[in-house]
Amino acid sequence: MGVLSSSVSITQYRVEGSIESSFMETVTDALKKNTIREIDNEPEDKSVGWTDFQSPFKPEFEGSSFMYGTNLLFSLRIDKKTIPSKVIAKHLKMAVSKRLEQSEREALHKNEKSEIKDEVLRRLFLRMPATPNMYDLIWNYEQKILWFFTSQKAANEELETLFSKSFKLSIIRMFPYTAASLICGLEDAKKDQLEKLSPTTFYRGQHA
Amino acid sequence: MLDVSVAYNRYKFLGHEFLTWLWYMIETDNEKLMDPAAEFDDLYIGNRVVLENSSHNRDEVISIKGDGAGLEEGVIALQKGAKVTEMNLVAKAGESEWRFNIKGESLNIGNLKSPETGRVEQAEDVEGAVLEKVYLYEKVVNLTNYVYRQFIKSRVSPEWEQVVVKNISKWIQQASRE
Repeated sequence: MGVLSSSVSITQYRVEGSIESSFMETVTDALKKNTIREIDNEPEDKSVGWTDFQSPFKPEFEGSSFMYGTNLLFSLRIDKKTIPSKVIAKHLKMAVSKRLEQSEREALHKNEKSEIKDEVLRRLFLRMPATPNMYDLIWNYEQKILWFFTSQKAANEELETLFSKSFKLSIIRMFPYTAASLICGLEDAKKDQLEKLSPTTFYRGQHA
Repeated sequence: MLDVSVAYNRYKFLGHEFLTWLWYMIETDNEKLMDPAAEFDDLYIGNRVVLENSSHNRDEVISIKGDGAGLEEGVIALQKGAKVTEMNLVAKAGESEWRFNIKGESLNIGNLKSPETGRVEQAEDVEGAVLEKVYLYEKVVNLTNYVYRQFIKSRVSPEWEQVVVKNISKWIQQASRE
């Protein structure tokens, strides 16, 4: 889901820590080092990396192309190859039959079968193009705020891992507990109280 | 602070209480929800409310959908102990309208439709369009955070049990009679 879509989903994050040395240089380097790697014609089944918001299939991250006002805007791209299980089963069966014929045996050892499966998957992944998915993010560095434009659990988990690896900063997802603890301005005593809360029963029966 | 993954599940109920409280506030004291800095002049429930009742070993989900749908079923569910888990909201500022969902357990803002912006026809239009969208999204994010902050302050105050919950209970009873 993109920033400019007619309908968006936003997951809020808070960024912990700060970048000590030259900000733009550090961010540009981190984006370049962790740019999405193309896996078409490669045996891998998944690739995760940063890409450019405006040219997601030809990311360059030159100059300040990812700065929009005081915000950084770029995208997380996840490329995945998914082979239907029936296709895998068909190719595995064919490969096993061929090996049995060649070796003039009636059965294969478990390890041998597993090796054949790995080889079958490698060959299939090599021939299959990856499906790309882009998820935009806006990072307001000064306010330590990040918006990720999807609520998909898997994409959020990939973001958390890649962000921390790339920028050496951790991000905390805002959900009821973290938001209460970090953005509601509670004093320490109230935060202790927050941790002891238990569910409320709202309807207490008939009132006079 | 607690471990994040443990805290997500343990305090999910806070998000559900938040949305239940928000429904009550919208119906009874809407003006208190308006962040003076955000320039919104109305906030009301849109076309979807989802409630869940997990009390007494039940696992009921009640969904009310559709523009102008009555919320009577929802009030009955509240009486039986259900809480709101998801809600569609409409915020208005003059003629401009924002529609969005809030999910209680995650506080994610979903399906956010902000007021129309100019079309992007050339590459040069992109930066302006992004900044305009960010400005429009920020208003809803700030509104959500402002309202949640009010809820949390009330939730950890002594008035929660003594005043707020009593009033919500009375409101549920009254609404079920209307």
